[in-house]
Amino acid sequence: MTQHVFKPDLPPPPREVGLAGWLRANLFSNWLNGLLTLLGLYLVWLIVPPLLDWAIFSADWSGETRSDCGREGACWVFVQVRFGQFMYGFYPVDARWRVDATLWLALVAAAPLLVRQFRHKVRYGLAYLLVYPWLAFWLLHGGLGLQVVPTSQWGGLMLTIIIAAVGIAGALPLGILLALGRRSDMPAIRVLCVTFIEFWRGVPLITVLFMSSVMLPLFLPEGMNLDKLLRAMLMVIFFEAAYIAEVVRGGLQAIPKGQYEAAAAMGLGYWRMMGLVILPQALKLVIPGIVNTFIALFKDTSLVIIIGLFDFLNSIKRATADPAWLGMSTEGYVFAALVYWLFCFGMSRYSMHLERRLDTGHRS
Amino acid sequence: MRTNGSTRRVGGSLLTDPQARAWLFQIVAVVAVVAFGWFLFHNTQANLAHRGINSGFGFLDNAAGFGIPQHLIDYSESDTYGRVFWVGLLNTLLVSVVGIVLATVLGFVLGVARLSPNWLIRKLATLYIETFRNIPPLLQIFFVYFAVIGPLPGPRDSLSLGDLVFVNNRGLQLPAPSAGDGFWAFWLALLLAIVLCGVLARWAKARRDATGRRFPLFWSALALLVAVPWLAALLWGSPFQWDVPQLQRFNIRGGWTVIPELVAIVVALSVYTAAFIGETVRAGIQAVSRGQTEAAASLGLRPGQLLRLVIIPQALRVIVPPLTSQYLNLAKNSSLAAAIGYPDMVSLFAGTVLNQTGQAIETMAITMSVYLAISISISLLMNAYNKRIALTER
Repeated sequence: MTQHVFKPDLPPPPREVGLAGWLRANLFSNWLNGLLTLLGLYLVWLIVPPLLDWAIFSADWSGETRSDCGREGACWVFVQVRFGQFMYGFYPVDARWRVDATLWLALVAAAPLLVRQFRHKVRYGLAYLLVYPWLAFWLLHGGLGLQVVPTSQWGGLMLTIIIAAVGIAGALPLGILLALGRRSDMPAIRVLCVTFIEFWRGVPLITVLFMSSVMLPLFLPEGMNLDKLLRAMLMVIFFEAAYIAEVVRGGLQAIPKGQYEAAAAMGLGYWRMMGLVILPQALKLVIPGIVNTFIALFKDTSLVIIIGLFDFLNSIKRATADPAWLGMSTEGYVFAALVYWLFCFGMSRYSMHLERRLDTGHRS
Repeated sequence: MRTNGSTRRVGGSLLTDPQARAWLFQIVAVVAVVAFGWFLFHNTQANLAHRGINSGFGFLDNAAGFGIPQHLIDYSESDTYGRVFWVGLLNTLLVSVVGIVLATVLGFVLGVARLSPNWLIRKLATLYIETFRNIPPLLQIFFVYFAVIGPLPGPRDSLSLGDLVFVNNRGLQLPAPSAGDGFWAFWLALLLAIVLCGVLARWAKARRDATGRRFPLFWSALALLVAVPWLAALLWGSPFQWDVPQLQRFNIRGGWTVIPELVAIVVALSVYTAAFIGETVRAGIQAVSRGQTEAAASLGLRPGQLLRLVIIPQALRVIVPPLTSQYLNLAKNSSLAAAIGYPDMVSLFAGTVLNQTGQAIETMAITMSVYLAISISISLLMNAYNKRIALTER
């Protein structure tokens, strides 16, 4: 009895593998695709070389004044010279270290939260949230031995980050409470929450900021005046909390009834049921939505220009209007776009990473 | 979720009874809100009296006394603040409608391109979406307004497209149509063609149901829609007269002028919103499972029919709710126009009128109610549409 021996497989035809195969499959599978590829290549050729040339090869990279920009391309000298203003606004130059210190303190103190082996994350995180804001406020605003810098001198990217951070820290808990209120059994609470959410979601942030600057002084008792920055922050918190509430509501609705019943059967009260069983699952489900809201919040901070705060975008707009640097708007706005893009894109990538890490595989 | 049981505990105090606690809690909440509202109202009354401001909407009948660069209805400086309101509202609606149309078209193209089998097209669409949705819309408006339109040449050296359309730093000059000899005949003919198409479609369906024979409906309808109005135009003269802008020594005469602010805001908002719509469309198409495509193909549907009859109806169901919120976002973002001085609702009414009259509460209340009304009507419309196309389950 002879053993049957298979002949070895023939190699795939050369036009199906390697570079040629890939090109065929992905770029030239039929005539329409080929045409689209050529169109795309033409588009790339139209945009990329001039852009690279403008931004890098024929740009001016070093100098002190406008006259140092003699070449065809971008004048990055403008951004270099004004960099301090873009980052810190009118914050006194000799006190800028305090802003840096605030930022480094935040990062260093938050580092243990990112270490996976660290056991006391919840306790540490709560302590952080309780202590850090006071420290940051003291460092930024001054007092108790430090030179006082009023909020009207805050500006630049620093102000943008402050508004965004305060907005996120305020909007998330408020939004969760609103979402719980909207799903509550108590009709009065539900109506109040729905009204609040729908009002803030129905109006543009600009009108709300306008309102904070023209109407809030009328609402407050005579003689009492809230800081302009504080008013803007309050409005941003309320506005984004309404959006967070809707996102969280989606997560709450996705939790099956059995979870609520099981928690109740364990004898957990409302707050423990929510805090220990429902919210951890619901929030995990809606991480992408929450981060999207945070990204929207970060982009929305640029609207404070309307009430005259000098955030990052406004400091760039002002700098481009400077007579000594006329005609630099393209450079200024491209730089601004790059910075905003880095923050937003970074946040969206981090949320994807978080989603993957927390995924327990319980998918229906 | 109903969780607290309705059984009353025997012997417990009132505070440990869940129902009593719920009542107590609600009463406290309502009282707190009412008290806060009364506090605000009281303060406002005191402040208004102190500053000598009369409240009420009487100011709407006063003459405005300022000019507006763009008005869709007749407006002059002697008109009232009430008229200013309508001018601003129409300008806001103009931006929203044009922006929504452009963003939808661009967004659908992007969404389909992201799923293209062509690697290059897919990557280009992804690059576009990731770039533009991560840059604040206000920054994009500033970029278009200050960095693109600002450095354009003046009217004397306008860039022109075949001497029909002119682009310069004062905006966009387009040929303006006005009614010609055959104007009414043209529209009547178009109406007639549409009615004929309807009749034709019913006849074709009846014949197909009866005999199974197909009729090339699409091409014949297209032919009708083109031929009938064209015939009318031939018989009664051209329906439109085009007022083409003329380049003169120092400026451009005639035609329609689109102010640069409008160009900037429409371009920036469409570009920004299209990135989000593109993602929505992609998610919607991907949500239709592959089996549906394969099943439809195995039934013998041609690619066009497959898209029209199987994929799109199912994808729309997923696309419509997020699309609605994108439309709402665009309508609300149109208020960013205030930042570059486009005469929209916010900059005209909450800006200029408020500054001139000092009627802060009234103007803000009107402005906010307008946006609330726009938001609510778009959501109602889209909800109705959504209900119509929603999956009918058992």
